[in-house]
Amino acid sequence: MTSRTTWTAAALRAWLRRPWLARIGVVVLLLGVWLIDPMFISPPSRVFMSLDALLETRGVPAALRVTFWELGIAFVLSVVIGLVIGLPLGLAPFARRSFMPIILLLYGTPQVTILPLFVLYFGIGPASKIAFGVSHGFFPVIVTIVAGVQNIKPILLTSARSMGASRYQILRHIVFPHMIPSFFAGMRLAMTGVLLGVLLAELYVSTAGIGYFTTLFTQSFDPTRLLGLVALLAAMAIVLNEIVRRAEVHFSRWHSE
Amino acid sequence: MNASTERRQRLASRGVQAAFLIVLIALWYVATTRWRVSPLLLPNPVPVLSDFWDILTTGEFIGDLRVTLSELAAAFVIAACGGLIVGYLVSRSHYRIRVFEPLFAAVYSVPIILFLPLYVLFFGLGPASKIALGASISFFPIALSTIAGFGYVERMLVIAARSMGASDYQLFRYVLVPAALPIILTGMRIGFTVALLSIIGSETIASLAGLGHRIVHLAEAMEMTRMFAYIIFVVAIAAILNALVSALEARVRRAR
Repeated sequence: MTSRTTWTAAALRAWLRRPWLARIGVVVLLLGVWLIDPMFISPPSRVFMSLDALLETRGVPAALRVTFWELGIAFVLSVVIGLVIGLPLGLAPFARRSFMPIILLLYGTPQVTILPLFVLYFGIGPASKIAFGVSHGFFPVIVTIVAGVQNIKPILLTSARSMGASRYQILRHIVFPHMIPSFFAGMRLAMTGVLLGVLLAELYVSTAGIGYFTTLFTQSFDPTRLLGLVALLAAMAIVLNEIVRRAEVHFSRWHSE
Repeated sequence: MNASTERRQRLASRGVQAAFLIVLIALWYVATTRWRVSPLLLPNPVPVLSDFWDILTTGEFIGDLRVTLSELAAAFVIAACGGLIVGYLVSRSHYRIRVFEPLFAAVYSVPIILFLPLYVLFFGLGPASKIALGASISFFPIALSTIAGFGYVERMLVIAARSMGASDYQLFRYVLVPAALPIILTGMRIGFTVALLSIIGSETIASLAGLGHRIVHLAEAMEMTRMFAYIIFVVAIAAILNALVSALEARVRRAR
């Protein structure tokens, strides 16, 4: 009997030591700290309760929907542009040696310095946000695709050629399959970049969209609704990130086995 | 023979790079003089260059540069200290790694710049909100790489050092640090880059001073020539800072 109780106690303790349980504990503790100062930082319960009030605020659902579409379009455009530039660069050694340093240099400079230019050229509507998102998103796609094409073992290409494969066949059966892991890694980085770019531009333009509401809530000192809006956007970012990450894990499996 | 073709190819690609730059500037010049692109959208490169020279010689950039650089330094020092300490403490136990690493990675994947309005609400429009934002953004890559560096040191090395009678300090100094340093340095470099980006970004969105604020101010005043000159200036500063950090990283890596 006693041995049985000690066994369950040990099992219980082991169960309590599960990492995910402790992880939830840490999050709850952080939310608890939040409760201390309800004046500045609205407690999470109130933020959660006010989500429907936030969604009833005129213009907020439309702004969120527009942001979501901007993220999607900017992501697709970055991947397409990255592929169109990256593939030829990866396949042609001379072009790669000539243009990769330029691309890496541009990738390394903070594009946020030219954010006002994007707004000037594309207006305060969705176009400037999409363009700014694309400017953050397509560089990582180029860099990872070039690296992926470069990493194909030369022996595969040589043997395919010696067996008389055409240029199309080489692309179809060797280059594309070997590019998939780096392509999805690039897509993940592109999503991170697009999120950063689009949200930066959204916050910068304070006369329309998300930026208008964050400015409004900040100036009218309404931390509850501000936190709610930020939480919704963060949830959107997490979901989009997770989709791309899952796709990467799923499609790169065959390669690493 | 082989070496000479390689050198010729390298020269050729340098030539292509130079030609690319020249064509770009020529297009810029022709667009503003011949194709009647409005100077409000794209000012002529010659006055931009003279404005750039003016900014450099009069030293009017010093105030804004000082604000931005001090914000950057404060944010990076806070993030590096916090990230190293937290990362080291977490990495000391396998259990803690499994609890905290996914948490940090999850937060790191959220664009923290989203929370800028909250930071402005709590810390005001001044440098404090930029420092806080930059520090919290660059904390995560540093903490994550410290965990990765210290947490996954090969057990064989630790056991060998212990069995040869290494003290705690000796183990730390001669086994753990050399093994973890390359990964930590990469994390610090990423942390520095994102701190710079987020500080200029938050200055652009809401601030009272700094280089990002200056550019927005000029954009709103429609002083495009001066703004382009400042953009060139900031891009040059960012390139210099990144080069300095990379050089520092390479030096520490070699001295290890």
